[in-house]
Amino acid sequence: MAQMVETLEQHHKTDETALITGSEAIAVACKLADVDVITAYPIRPYDTVMQYVAKLVSYGEMDCEYIVAEGEHSQFEIVKHASAVGARVFVGSSGVGWMYAMEALTVTPALRIPMIAMVGNRALDDPGAFGTEHNDALAVRDLGWMLVWVDNAQEALDTALIAYRVAEDRRIFLPCGISCDGAFLTHSQALVKIPAQEKVNEFLPRYNRADLLLHPDNPITVAPQANEDWVMEIRRQNYAAMERTTAVIKEAYADFERIFGRSYGNPFFEEYMTEDADIVLLGMGTLSIPMKVAVRQMRKEGKKVGFVRLRWFRPFPAEALAKSLGRFKAVGVVDRDYSFGSPYMGGVVANEVKTALYSAPGPKLPVLDFICGLGGREVTLPDITRMTDSVYAAAAGKTQPLTQWIGLRE
Amino acid sequence: MGRLFAVEIIYRGIFQKTLAKNISRGIVLAAHQAGKPGISFGRYSDSPERNGIPAKSFAIVGSDQETLEHGMAKYEPKEVDITIALDDTLCKGVESWAWYGLQPVNKLLQQDGTLIVTSRETPEALISMAHRKEYPYQLGILKGTPSFSGLWVYKDDHSDVRILGAIARILPELFTLDALKKIILDEWHDSVKAASAERAYERFSSTTVRPTQGNPETPYKFDLPKWHEMGEGVAIPCIATGKQIEDPGTHAMGGYRPDRNPTFKKFSTRTMRPVLDFDTCIKCTLCWLQCPDTCFDVTPEGLYDANMQACCGCGVCEAVCPVPNCVTMINETEFRDNSSQWEAWRKDKPGYKTWLTEKIESRPERSHGFRYRGQYKEQIPEMLEIAREG
Repeated sequence: MAQMVETLEQHHKTDETALITGSEAIAVACKLADVDVITAYPIRPYDTVMQYVAKLVSYGEMDCEYIVAEGEHSQFEIVKHASAVGARVFVGSSGVGWMYAMEALTVTPALRIPMIAMVGNRALDDPGAFGTEHNDALAVRDLGWMLVWVDNAQEALDTALIAYRVAEDRRIFLPCGISCDGAFLTHSQALVKIPAQEKVNEFLPRYNRADLLLHPDNPITVAPQANEDWVMEIRRQNYAAMERTTAVIKEAYADFERIFGRSYGNPFFEEYMTEDADIVLLGMGTLSIPMKVAVRQMRKEGKKVGFVRLRWFRPFPAEALAKSLGRFKAVGVVDRDYSFGSPYMGGVVANEVKTALYSAPGPKLPVLDFICGLGGREVTLPDITRMTDSVYAAAAGKTQPLTQWIGLRE
Repeated sequence: MGRLFAVEIIYRGIFQKTLAKNISRGIVLAAHQAGKPGISFGRYSDSPERNGIPAKSFAIVGSDQETLEHGMAKYEPKEVDITIALDDTLCKGVESWAWYGLQPVNKLLQQDGTLIVTSRETPEALISMAHRKEYPYQLGILKGTPSFSGLWVYKDDHSDVRILGAIARILPELFTLDALKKIILDEWHDSVKAASAERAYERFSSTTVRPTQGNPETPYKFDLPKWHEMGEGVAIPCIATGKQIEDPGTHAMGGYRPDRNPTFKKFSTRTMRPVLDFDTCIKCTLCWLQCPDTCFDVTPEGLYDANMQACCGCGVCEAVCPVPNCVTMINETEFRDNSSQWEAWRKDKPGYKTWLTEKIESRPERSHGFRYRGQYKEQIPEMLEIAREG
């Protein structure tokens, strides 16, 4: 008997391996985090998360309030209120569903609600398309949401746990959107290590709403009308909270490594074959897979190219990224998004990277922008070769178009 | 820089919004007759206006466009040549949506500027209501009851043009009577209104208010906190629930007084106040229950005392009280403090009864729109008579 108890105890401390999709990995993280309230409204590709959570609840593996709302706006409003009364919440959407929730998305950071949302990245309508594009999640980039992009199912699970830890930290209390590329991540199954519950319990304390708990024993009024005498001070408070996120994210990743034994290195961006690189390409999400393959191929051809995968977009790691990129002769940013009419007609990420570099010390690097992979289009080896050659040309001082569409029929 | 003119119009929210707008428009249009540019605006943060809450309109005029821009660069004027109070009860001070604390009615008035009040009271009565000012200013009374002119179905009583006529008299550099008459004919196509403006111009007079005159109280104020002193998450701690009160005679504790916001009292919204007959009260609770501002304190013996720091003067208590003359709404100009009627009654019941009877019998009529249906209509002939005879 004693041996059996010991075996069971050992079992609780042991990680399991499962073949699951990125969406399912997020659902498993919700189970491990013992989320209290989940709201759902179907839209592809996010719906794969809600379906798996529903299964876990129906199998009795997970205990939570599971509410199917009548639309995304209500879906996000319900968890906002649940979080205000002290519930750990999970929510998510995709594409225009996320946009339909926009009013709820804007009020959430101001009310300091640590809502964790999975954004199954999807092209915005029209045309009605299912494939990935990053404009949906990026639409909230100025509002006080933390935004992170992951590129595999394991990272999706781990990042969801880290997101709860960071968002629910009293110093932060901001919502976090975890972006998972539609199809590439949400719909493909991979082998994922599911951490033992005991480890998760050690890593993730209970959500404590503290002084902001909406409860009869802590009578407060939330979200009153205010005039111009108050608005700037309220915004400044959110600015301060966002300012604190960098340090808290670092703490969380360090603790994650200590408890789970899995390291992500620099939490904010991943570098691939950059040590000796002349030039680098930079992008977010599952673009990393074709990029890494292409980098290996081009290195065989003697082109010393590296890849930087930006993980955290908010907070944007401007200083660290500028310092890292300053080592190279030129940078090509790969945008799976668009920002029509923006400076030099570039994508969102390219303009953020340029801003980060502009205020950095040292000579100004050439930065080219490539719009590609929109609507989930495959980014091919010839595409990446073309980008690389253009960045090399810019590094050699040859004038290149600042923004180029790659993989377009033309 | 040329000369900048500023006029503020303090009015009762929503009831007098159109009237205030008509006056500030009239100022700009009349000044424009002499080529002076100007703007007319209602203060944005007064909206949405609640019934009776003090609100402001402004007219700013410059001798030239650049001078005007000096005025426009400010959210609202910091000092004005003329303040117009469209309701004499505003002389007690104004507390609005737009700022915090009680502002004296004459706060923005510059030295020797003029405060114009529409009222049937004497200068002495109005001076005693207004807070003291460190320098002298002029007080001019335009005889009349508070006007709702321009509010939906209410009839025009010429309050707008009479005030404009007075301005032409006080500040001819801003606009002349001739310019005013011209824009009245252009805007309203009404020669009787032009005549009313001229009559007000001719009859207007003012008295000097000296720094030694007026209400010596320091108005309550509120200092805005710094961003890091404020609570996070747009959350505000609620007001504590309240406590028992002490009987001034027996010193026994009992009853209940809810705690109230010490920095947003709202009583300057009031144009009438309830006076209470504690001897005839049957303790039915209806006034306490129906008061939209929770302004009734429950006394140790179970009576209901309307707290004058919190009462907005809506008159619901009078409307729901089943006992004749137990709750009676009286014009706010009749009172000079916010002290407790119940305490006065407890200390001296016969004295209180005499005071109450005198208040009810001599009450100067006024309306706040819904005391009883038709009241304002009854007053119209008298108001027009005042406009004609001054």
